[in-house]
Formats: sequence, C-alpha cells, structure tokens
Amino acid sequence: MTALTDVSSQAAAGARWRISEVVFWLLALACAFLFPSRYLIMTDIVRLGLFALSLDLILGYAGIVSLGHAAFFGVGAYSAGLLALHGIINEPVIALVAAGLVAAVLGFLTSFLVIRGVDLTRLMVTLGIALLLEALAERFSDVTGGSDGLQGIEMQPILGLFAFDMFGKTGFFYSLIVLFILFLLARRIVYSPFGLSLRAIRNNPLRAAAIGVPVNRRLVAVYTLAAFYAGIAGALFTQTSALASLDVFAFERSADLMLVLVIGGTGYLYGGLIGAVVFKMLQEFFQSLTPQYWLFWIGLVLVVIVLVGRARIHRSVLFVPNLIIRQFVGRKAVVVPESDAS
Amino acid sequence: MTIALETQGLEKSFGGLRVTRDLSLKVTRGARHALIGPNGAGKTTVINQLTGVLRPNSGRILLEGSDITGLSVHKRVLRGLSRTFQINQLYADLTPLETIGLAVSERMGRGGDWWRRMGTRDDVNAEITEILSRFHLLDAMSELTSTLPYGKQRLLEIAVAIAAKPRVLLLDEPAAGVPESERHDILAAVAALPRDVTVLLIEHDMDLVFSFADRISVLVNGGLLTEGAPDEVARDPQVRAVYLGEAADA
Amino acid sequence: MASVLTNLFDGVAYGMLLFVLACGLAVTLGLMNFVNLAHGAFAMAGGYICAVLVNNSGWPFFAALPLAFAGSAAIGIVLERALYRHLYMRGHLDQVLFSIGLVFMSVAAVDYVMGSSRVFIKLPAALEGQIDLFGVGIGRYRLMIVVICGLLTLALQLILAKTRFGSRLRAAVDDPRAAIGLGINVPQVFAFTFAFGCGLAGLGGALSAEILGLDPYFPLKFMIYFLIVVTVGGSSSITGPFLASLLLGIADVAGKYYVPKMGPFVIYTVMIVILIWRPNGLFGRTAAR
Repeated sequence: MTALTDVSSQAAAGARWRISEVVFWLLALACAFLFPSRYLIMTDIVRLGLFALSLDLILGYAGIVSLGHAAFFGVGAYSAGLLALHGIINEPVIALVAAGLVAAVLGFLTSFLVIRGVDLTRLMVTLGIALLLEALAERFSDVTGGSDGLQGIEMQPILGLFAFDMFGKTGFFYSLIVLFILFLLARRIVYSPFGLSLRAIRNNPLRAAAIGVPVNRRLVAVYTLAAFYAGIAGALFTQTSALASLDVFAFERSADLMLVLVIGGTGYLYGGLIGAVVFKMLQEFFQSLTPQYWLFWIGLVLVVIVLVGRARIHRSVLFVPNLIIRQFVGRKAVVVPESDAS
Repeated sequence: MTIALETQGLEKSFGGLRVTRDLSLKVTRGARHALIGPNGAGKTTVINQLTGVLRPNSGRILLEGSDITGLSVHKRVLRGLSRTFQINQLYADLTPLETIGLAVSERMGRGGDWWRRMGTRDDVNAEITEILSRFHLLDAMSELTSTLPYGKQRLLEIAVAIAAKPRVLLLDEPAAGVPESERHDILAAVAALPRDVTVLLIEHDMDLVFSFADRISVLVNGGLLTEGAPDEVARDPQVRAVYLGEAADA
Repeated sequence: MASVLTNLFDGVAYGMLLFVLACGLAVTLGLMNFVNLAHGAFAMAGGYICAVLVNNSGWPFFAALPLAFAGSAAIGIVLERALYRHLYMRGHLDQVLFSIGLVFMSVAAVDYVMGSSRVFIKLPAALEGQIDLFGVGIGRYRLMIVVICGLLTLALQLILAKTRFGSRLRAAVDDPRAAIGLGINVPQVFAFTFAFGCGLAGLGGALSAEILGLDPYFPLKFMIYFLIVVTVGGSSSITGPFLASLLLGIADVAGKYYVPKMGPFVIYTVMIVILIWRPNGLFGRTAAR
C-alpha cells in the first residue's frame, strides 16, 4: 500500500516544522539578549503579536471581520487587574489563565450574535459590544477606576519565583514564553481537521455545510478560542505594565490591530507576529517624526495598502517577505480575498 | 421497492411567485432517477429544498422514511444525503487531498478534532486513499484545486460528494461545461457509482439523461408534468411540446 | 410634565440633526454597498469650515452654513472621484480598512491645523436662550435646527419622489444592474449623491457644533451613531433612517437625562438586539439573502 503511506505523509506534510520557523523563534529569543535596554518595547511587540494572532484566528482562518476585538483584550486586562488588585489570585500565571477564561466566556456568549448575519451586521455587532463594555466600565467606575484606570496593582512573582523587575526583563521573558506556548497550540489547531474545516468555511460556508461541516458550531468554537487569546493578551498587558484603563476597549485599538494583521498577512499565523514588529517600528519611526500626529501616518499606511491592493502588495511589494513567508508555510500567505463581501 | 427519497406536497414561493407547486416525488432505492425540465422550471429551487439551503413553505421531505424537512444542511449530509454543485464551488486554495480529507473526517465524526494533526488517523487515511484512487486523483492530490484541469475538478466534485458516503446522491449537471475530450471520464465516473447509492440526476443534457436514467420526472413551472421510464417520457406529447416549444423559442 | 416635553423636543432636534448628518451614509451603503466609516469626517469638515468663517473671518452664521455644505460636498466629490470609486467592487474588509485610514488621517490633520480642543461657533444673539411655548421651554437654537432639518427632509423627500434624478436614484438603489440596463449612468448618479450626502453631513456638522461638540475626534465619536441610523433604519428608503434618527435622538436625550450613567449602554444594547432581530434594519426590506 504505497499509496496509503503517500497519502498519510502528504496529509501530515503541512504540519511539519520548517527550518525558517525554528530560525524565527531563535531570532526572537536572541533579541532578548541582543537588546537588553529595549525590554519594554519588545514586550509591547510580543503582546501585540499575541493579540494579532487572536484576530488572525477569526479573520484569517474563519473570515469574520471584527471591529471590536478590543472587547476581549479589555476584559482580559481588567480581569487580570482586578484579580491582582484585590488579591483574589496572586499567582500571575493562574490569574492569566483565569482572565483568558473570562474573555472566552464572553466570546462564547457573544459568538451567537456575531455568527448571524452578513458582514455589515457583524461589524456593527462587534463594534457595539466593544463600545458597550467601554460604557459599562465607565459606568461602574467604582470597580474599574473609571477614566483613571485601576491604580496600585502590585504583581506577585511568577510561580512565586520570578519577580517583575523595573527593566521589564521578567515581563518580557514571561510574555515571550506565553506567546510561544499559545502559538504552539494555535499551530496545532490550524493543522488539525478542525483547522481545515475553518479554512473551508472561510472559502465558502455553504459548500462547507454541504460537505457535512457544522458551520455555526465551528465558528462559535473558533470565536471563543480567539476571545481567550485576546483575553490573555490583555491580561499580559495589565500584568507587565501594572495598568488597566478605559482605553483598553478603545476603537483605535481594534483598528490598529487590523492594520497589524494586514501588514503581516492573514491566514498563516506568523502574519500577526511579523505585523506586530513592523507596526511597532513604524509607530516608533512616525512618533519620532511628529510625536503627536502619528495617527495621520498610520491612516495613510492603511489607505495606501488598500488602494494599492492587499493582494498586489503581498505579491510584488512584499516579494522578498513573501519568499520568507513561503518558507514558513510551504505555500503563499493567504490574503483574504477581495470579493469576500458576504 | 423501498423509497430512498420522497417529497410530499412541496410548496415554495418567493414573494408572490410560486416556484415549487405541490411537488410529490418518489425516488426508489438504488434508482438512477433523473429530474429534467426547461430553464426556469425550478430545478435549482427543488435541490436547495432537498439539501436544506431553503425551507419549503409547506410539504415534507423524507429520507428513507424519516422526516428531514427541518434539518440543517450539514445534518442531512451526515444522514446520507449528499450533492454535487453545478457551478464550480470547490475550494480553490485547498488541495484534493485536503478537500477529500475534510469530507471523510466530517463523516467519521472527527472533523472537530483540534488536537490531532491531519494524516495521523489510519482509518481516515485509508478512506482518503481509496476515494482518490477511485477517481484517478492520486497524482494530483497535493496540487491546488484551482490549478487542476476542469475535468479533474468535476471529478473532484463528485469525489467529495461520494466521500460523505451518501445513500442518496444528488448530481447537479455533473458534465456541465466539461470539454468533449474530458467528458468521457465524468460519464464513466457517474456510471461507476456504486449500485446501492440512489442517484437523483438533475440535468439539461438529454443524451446524458437517456443514457443514464432508468426513470425520469419532468418538472415544468415548478410542478410535476409527468414521470415514467425513459422511453415513455420520450414519447410523451406534453414533454415534446415543452422541449420543442423551448427549442422553437431559442 | 413640561420638562418631559422639553426633553422630547430636544430629542427630536437631536434626531433630525442626526438624520441630516447620516442620510448620505444611507445612500453610500444602500446604493454602492460601501461601508464608509469616514462619513463623520465630512461632517467635521463642514463644522470647521463654518467655525473658521464665523470666528476668524467674521461671517454671519447663516451665511457660513451654505459654505459648510458646499465645502464638504467639494471635498466629497474630489475624494469620490480620486479614491472611493476604486473600492466599490472590493470586499467589506478593504472598505473598512480604507475608511478607517481616512478617519485617522482626518483626525490627525484637523488636530494639527486647528488644535485638539473643542471649538465653539459664535452664534447670533437671536439664537440664544429659550422661548416659552405653552409653558414648555424650547431652546431657540434647537427650534432653528428642527426648522432647517425639517425643511431639508421635506426637500429630500420631494426630490426623491418628484424629480427625474430622484426616480433614477431610486431605481439605482433598488437594483443597480437593472438601472444600468435602463441606461441610467449609475456611477454619475452615485458621485452626485455622494457629494450631496457629504454636503448634508457638512451642514449637519456646522449645525451640531453647538449640541454635539466639535473637536478633531468627532468622526470617531459619532461613527457608531451614524452607522446605527443607517443599519437600524435600513437603507432602502430615507423614511427608515429618518425614523431611526428620531428614535435614537429621543432615546439618547432621554437616556442622558433620566439614567445619566446608563445612556450609551442602553443605546448599544438596543442596537445589537435590533440587528440580531432584523439584520436588514427595522424599516428595511426583508430581503431573502
């Protein structure tokens, strides 16, 4: 039965680790030792990368356009903040998971609203949920600290061993390890039958149902998972910066996130991570040009990317990056097709 | 003779327009049944109701005696009602291996496995291999579907439907748009479908219908005009009028 | 009782203002199925044009209003011809990214030129204070808004119902492909309507500076309100958005007055419920999608 062994090896081929992937993670680790003075911004990048990875799961793999992904980031951030502030769970790792679970519960509950309807309804509902939470956080300012945010969060040492230091070294390694573990999990998932069915749903939900895929159940599952990831990213934000304020829910956060993912490319997991690096470097660069008005340049980048065409950018402008990307996945990065209207 | 698929008094309207009128069809088990009709007769609407994309306004649909009228699309597939698509709706950026793998995984109830990589279950792999080789797709299994020749894509279309192990298969114009040179493969694949699979063929091409079907239902204006063995239908003056009339218009 | 009526009146004024601000967006969505999150930027442009003319150049308020309309419409037509029209056939994700980009640029640009603090437009003395109508206190400025916006709404309704352009526009919204088949120049109709919608938004922006506040973050702050008007109202007629605007205006004013801390909460919840219940809007066609 050579055909059978051929089929099994070909079927598993996609999930095999490529050298470039190993190099990517080694480089990430090397950065930790190469730039000891830049821990804070590198932690920022890692968090953003995790957040973008979360959006990639629903946008790149399931085709759900969300304008309110910050909702889950914010819930994770406040959960972690409140757990630490009131000493409910003092150990950061357990608190991190707990905060992620709170976001996942919210994701599960709201997924039923989101999977219904066409793109526009989804945009409005996701945006509405984020705004709703922001309004709630403002309303219950006695709990959330209102516009001042949560004050006086003190983080206990991780696992009781590694205390957070003022240079952000512990925070960076902690974030990087969390990102790596969650990345491994996401990688496992996208190469599973479940992940395959998501790609099918994004391509054509009706056809997926005709193959026997329970479309709604899969979308609920992946939306919940993405909410968990976003919640963890938010919790990392609070834990590494000892801060949580209303702007965790802000629309700009959701919008920036889409830009991050669009820069890096959707549907191959590394897009969010690469996008996060590029985005932060752009942000640093623009802020050094005009500290106050970098929003303008970010907006310009968005407009240009769309006008030139994301597909074309990923074909030509990003020709070299694409070569690298192909090393990561063995195929081209999937640009969410331009005709994915409904 | 047991009935594999049956509709009872199916009705569907869009706005004020009745597109399916009191349609009662019986497809016996193992039959090679064809549903024909001129353009606009409502064939697609019937398929969409059978597969669950559309809900009928009234009437029932029975699959092997049990009522499936209210079931969702994917549940009907798991119950054994599978279909092919007329226009190309295959997954352009999936390979045949992945497409078939998806269908087989879902049928075996393993589609939700998120912790297990593809290609690690022997029973799934064995079945993928069997289907790919039956439809001569082994050579092309790791190429993107969008790069396959059209004839191969049509074969893959039938292969996906078969991967769901249907007891009733709806074939929606399986040879539409296939060049003459590749047509033979499609016809052979259709002819070679296992006899225990009941086939309802929705077709425009009369040659294919008369070479394949052992029973024919004629749909006109959303209602059943007549039904019978191929030679009866071919002789039927009403049917001739409908088709000749259409030919005269065209 | 009087305060209830005063609030009701304020709500109606606010709602009509929202309608003038947002009705251009209804056309963009209904006709071209284009998700334009940057609609508020045109309103902001009108507001700042009016503010500069009145405060810096000493124009009378009522003379500046038509200029706010014309200025925003001009910006609208330039952007439509230069940028927007390339994106009608793209997916919603691209449209969203593009229009968010425009919003960001407009926010930063206005912040750079005009500063980040709230701008007030000097109003003529005749518009200040309240008049007393059967014991109900009615703000003069709000009364003016109701009159202007009411006249505009009537004019719009008449244009749509009676003119040749109106019937072409209705045909195009109803079924763009059929309209092209009938020889209607849909892109031209759309460009004109887009510019007109931007002009109305600009006028609305100028009128709303007093009530909603005018600062560089205006397009972001009120984006959701415009979207609510259109998605809840449906985009198949202007009656739907009009009723949705009134509803939203009255609910928002009442919410802020009676449950000051729960106001936005109530509105977002109602919006989500309505969209889940009727994805095509309260007054939209129930299209079989």
